[in-house]
Amino acid sequence: MNESLSTRRLVTRLLLVVVAMFAFGFALVPIYEVMCQAFGINGKTAGAYGGTQAVDEQRQVRVQFLATNAAGMSWEFRPQADEVTVHPGASTQMLFVAHNPTGQPMTAQAIPSVAPSKAAAYFHKTECFCFTQQVLQPGERIEMPVRFIVDRDLPADVQHLTLAYTLFDITARKPPVAQVSR
Amino acid sequence: MSAVIDSHQGQAHSDHHHGPAKGLMRWVLTTNHKDIGTLYLWFSFAMFLLGGSMAMVIRAELFQPGLQIVQPEFFNQMTTMHGLIMVFGAVMPAFVGLANWMIPLMIGAPDMALPRMNNFSFWLLPAAFTLLVSTLFSEGGGPNFGWTFYAPLSTTYAPESVTFFIFAVHLMGISSIMGAINVIATILNLRAPGMTLMKMPLFVWTWLITAFLLIAVMPVLAGCVTMMLMDVHFGTSFFSAAGGGDPVLFQHVFWFFGHPEVYIMILPAFGAVSSIIPAFARKPLFGYTSMVYATASIAFLSFIVWAHHMFTVGIPLTGELFFMYATMLIAVPTGVKVFNWASTMWQGSMTFETPMLFSVAFVILFTIGGFSGLMLAIAPADFQYHDTYFVVAHFHYVLVPGAIFGIFASAYYWLPKWTGHMYDETLAKLHFWMSFIGMNLAFFPMHFVGLAGMPRRIPDYNMMFANFNMVSSIGAFMFGATQLLFLFIVIKCIRGGQPAAAKPWDGAEGLEWTVPSPAPYHTFQTPPDVK
Repeated sequence: MNESLSTRRLVTRLLLVVVAMFAFGFALVPIYEVMCQAFGINGKTAGAYGGTQAVDEQRQVRVQFLATNAAGMSWEFRPQADEVTVHPGASTQMLFVAHNPTGQPMTAQAIPSVAPSKAAAYFHKTECFCFTQQVLQPGERIEMPVRFIVDRDLPADVQHLTLAYTLFDITARKPPVAQVSR
Repeated sequence: MSAVIDSHQGQAHSDHHHGPAKGLMRWVLTTNHKDIGTLYLWFSFAMFLLGGSMAMVIRAELFQPGLQIVQPEFFNQMTTMHGLIMVFGAVMPAFVGLANWMIPLMIGAPDMALPRMNNFSFWLLPAAFTLLVSTLFSEGGGPNFGWTFYAPLSTTYAPESVTFFIFAVHLMGISSIMGAINVIATILNLRAPGMTLMKMPLFVWTWLITAFLLIAVMPVLAGCVTMMLMDVHFGTSFFSAAGGGDPVLFQHVFWFFGHPEVYIMILPAFGAVSSIIPAFARKPLFGYTSMVYATASIAFLSFIVWAHHMFTVGIPLTGELFFMYATMLIAVPTGVKVFNWASTMWQGSMTFETPMLFSVAFVILFTIGGFSGLMLAIAPADFQYHDTYFVVAHFHYVLVPGAIFGIFASAYYWLPKWTGHMYDETLAKLHFWMSFIGMNLAFFPMHFVGLAGMPRRIPDYNMMFANFNMVSSIGAFMFGATQLLFLFIVIKCIRGGQPAAAKPWDGAEGLEWTVPSPAPYHTFQTPPDVK
């Protein structure tokens, strides 16, 4: 009977391993998030940046802007300028224009990405329309600001970087009902 | 008075030594490891034929360039279902079936440690595959996103039937996990006295390690499909960039499961041929201890190489280098194994009965598959090979002459023990040679078309690939048709044939040969003595 007792304990432990590995599968999600931010993988950028930096007048970096619609998105979406030249450490603002040409109110979410991906960790956004969801009424047009600082520690071999936004239609997930009365 | 006592004793006697129950319910309710092993093996063979017939559809369409037989939508469902059925329905259950039959016999145990759970884990499989295959008849079709089901193809752009697919994978996962727990509990707790861990046959060792791999990664797969389910139905965004998720995360989670999974499909075959080659070389296995450690090293390394499947998604250079070198490191323990098999054969008194033919072919052809794996592991070169037919050639070379030939070798080796009859050696040799030639004809040209740039998972292709594809298709038809011969050989062996001795192979070692052939319904009810 000792035998069956130890079988029971063994099976309990193995089941615990199973549960732990199931949890580990989900833990991969935050682990991946942390890895992406730590190593700038996939050009993922961090959240809002609170700090300020002294301006490095000696150096110039070209920042290019891209605006793309995800599949099925019908808005007009573009930056006001294709490219600006900035000094690292300086705070710069760029406006993106969005227009909802459809007859329905719609909600959209912009996802930023920085290339080259190793520069992503050195690109700080102090203010960004990508932090919130955008609701546009039929025919409405808005200008959406992004304010950013290129870090003074940006590797020397990076002379220009690209900030790309992809705009996703999330109307089905977040119906723009609450904002209609605005 | 004495008559009453006699009949009472007779009752007790028959309770103790009862044979199988009669009729269909024997198979539904059985908790006997041999019955369940048989169920697993027949189920896996049925799935092998089903997944194989899907491969025939694929090869028929690819016989010539252009669209002849099926539409691209259906072609995609065929490639997806072929992969899923072969991986989860044919190879894995076949090895679980072999484990059920042979592990208790090899370690001197009366049965598996958890017989009722054993029954349940088998009967989940027909349910899972009914669910999966039924999607082919649903409106919008079955899964069409490849067996790797990358998001968002399998979430945002999936057919409606993806939910059936998800639940089928859940059931298969639960079944595998229960099977693995059962194997571990049996091996750790039910060994006969004197059967120390380092005396266990290698098939038992490789299965023990496989079982640990299973309980480590099948839950991750379950988590992965659960996240898909939540993305599809409950508005989460694990894999959707629109909601802050990332499709690349899917590939990390999937391949964290997927890479150990490919070793789950090969390690038991390593164990089986490590029993078969010594039997027909009439020499003890060379380097038993190094075999055990090599298997454990392969299992460990399988957890730190997953991103070599995704060199092209844009991982940092340090990541590419790490995963490249870690992957190449696997060649070391695998090389130890191949060296040991070759050394076992060296100067042995070899005979080439069918199990040995399949085992020798296993060693040679698996090594070819291993070499193309090394080529794919070179990160800069992988950008050229990625998603071409070279990858298809690689993994079919490790899975067909690896896993499947390992299963055929095991089946021929232990069929006399299972049925009590010798199989027809002439027909079995014909089966081997037809399989060997068909398989090489089918998969070797895929290396060439892959290197020349033919992408995988397409129903149509450039004219320049036409000749090699025709050769591949002819080889595939030959390999496929030959498996019906295997069915015939097995049925013929069950129905009759030359009676098999308890130990039909003079060089064979192991406790399974100490019981009569066919193995009685109950064996080792008193543990054997292991010296």
